[in-house]
Amino acid sequence: MGQIIQYIESYLSSDKTPGAAGNMFWVLVYIMLVFTGLSVAVIAMNWLERKILAHMQVRLGPMRVGPHGLLQPIADAIKLLLKEDIMPAEADGLIFWVAPFVVVLAAFTVFVVVPFGPTHAITDMNIGILFMLGVSSLSVLGIVMAGWASNSHYPLIGALRSSAQMVSYEVAMGLAVVSAILMTSLNATGTGTLSMIGIVQAQQAQGEWFIFKFFPLGLIAFFIFAVAMVAETNRAPFDLAEAESELTAGFHTEYSGFRWSLFFLAEYSAMIAVSSIAVTLWLGGWLRPFPNLLSGSTWDLTFSLIPGVTFLFFAAMCFYNTVRMPKHPLFRIQTIGLAGFGVVLGLIGLLLFVPAVSVRVQDIFWFASKVAGFMYLYIWYRGTFPRYRFDQLMQMGWKVLLPMGLGVLILTAGVALLQEKIWHP
Amino acid sequence: MAPVATPFFFYVLSGIMLIGGILVITRKNPVHSAVALILTLLAQASIYLMLYAPFVAGVQIILYAGGIMVLFLFVIMLVSIDRSIRERQFNSQRVVGIIAATALGGLFIAVYTKGKDIFPDHVLPIVENDNTQKIATMLYGQYMFAFEIASLLLLVAIIGAVVMAKKRI
Repeated sequence: MGQIIQYIESYLSSDKTPGAAGNMFWVLVYIMLVFTGLSVAVIAMNWLERKILAHMQVRLGPMRVGPHGLLQPIADAIKLLLKEDIMPAEADGLIFWVAPFVVVLAAFTVFVVVPFGPTHAITDMNIGILFMLGVSSLSVLGIVMAGWASNSHYPLIGALRSSAQMVSYEVAMGLAVVSAILMTSLNATGTGTLSMIGIVQAQQAQGEWFIFKFFPLGLIAFFIFAVAMVAETNRAPFDLAEAESELTAGFHTEYSGFRWSLFFLAEYSAMIAVSSIAVTLWLGGWLRPFPNLLSGSTWDLTFSLIPGVTFLFFAAMCFYNTVRMPKHPLFRIQTIGLAGFGVVLGLIGLLLFVPAVSVRVQDIFWFASKVAGFMYLYIWYRGTFPRYRFDQLMQMGWKVLLPMGLGVLILTAGVALLQEKIWHP
Repeated sequence: MAPVATPFFFYVLSGIMLIGGILVITRKNPVHSAVALILTLLAQASIYLMLYAPFVAGVQIILYAGGIMVLFLFVIMLVSIDRSIRERQFNSQRVVGIIAATALGGLFIAVYTKGKDIFPDHVLPIVENDNTQKIATMLYGQYMFAFEIASLLLLVAIIGAVVMAKKRI
């Protein structure tokens, strides 16, 4: 018994990820935490997308299930799980069955290397970013399989479009990533790294997020990635694979119930995955904003209070809306529910003020809030941009982003060489 | 981290590879063959990981499983499956087949029985931590010329493909 406790405790004071420390117990705990966190994030994203999109279009969005529709995603999940699972008679059974799982596996496996903090990653691989790009590119296979196995016209066209789009934009995306990786090698030892934690540590060591490095080269590379990642996840304005006006629902037209919800889950977790690549490569990962301008212990303390303050702000918003709820008896349960939600948020906020907790958790907070910014951008794009035509999409990928990516890569290499040889020999 | 249960994972992965390889040639439906091939390639990538070659494993996943197999599936999906299912799957070249199988089997048995003498029995130092950096310095240092030649070859192939595919340039 004592040995087991010692084994569990042996990780707690470690400055490594559980995978690198080789502690199976904590690896499993982290996998559980990441999986739960992701599922909650997808549920929250489902609600936020409807709400934000609705407010952008001057509607109310879901209002009926729970206060301000907060329980709508849960109601949806129950609906999807209880729905009849239909498989077309002429469909290819095995592949139709496997396809959603391939997509979900590809979307969730990448989170093995996502660095939520210097010690908060399941493991740190030497090939981190390569692993993320490779495994997330496997989701194309699932989409192609789903489209083909449905044995129907719309899904097949959707799958063809989707795979052509993802294969094309992967090229531009890869070039943008390479130019960021090139920047990691500009340190004293002169060797770069592909490890996700190493990339953030390189930004910390160089005292500069890569988006600002060699201005405007880092910014352009980030822009290329930011466009390519929207295309890569098949989201508006590049959602031709599921263009409802042309293809009903694209590659998942024939899927229903639980299998459809797997595609949904995979789409949102893939969005979170590519956003976390962008955050890690260009926006300093878990590092807090303004590390140079606002440095010193006073500012460190101020920034360590922000997570708690944010949650208290959310709690205050909940209480404000509790007061504004209609005073009708029919709304009593909803009012109590909203107040309860506010209390939970407030307690989380207060917990985050405890120094021991805040030291351990604030890097996760910064990473998550940067990713949340990208999630908001995704919704904003969907509410703002009209859908591209397929030839415009291909033209954009091959004739604009690819040459831009090549140019940025060559220029970055050139400037890096200049800096190494001439400016700081 | 030290490797865990190496023989177990080796046998499981190579078993998956063998089953996948057999399915590739026995399935009548080309899409099923392609999916089995993907399984084989992924298991192979995992074996590279076990051999402390994470970079090769990553490249294997990106290039083969994520790139080439997508193009394979892309082409196969557009081919009429009904016709290809009716086609004869094996051409019965029994004599050649038996000779090739015996030669390969003999080689395998020879390696299995005499392998200890042929190959030196030493364990490679664990180079996992800077595997990628080592490959990079080798490719762009010692083997620069070969690397550039290979990239030139690929460039020629790309231009050739464009020229052949486009009617009017």
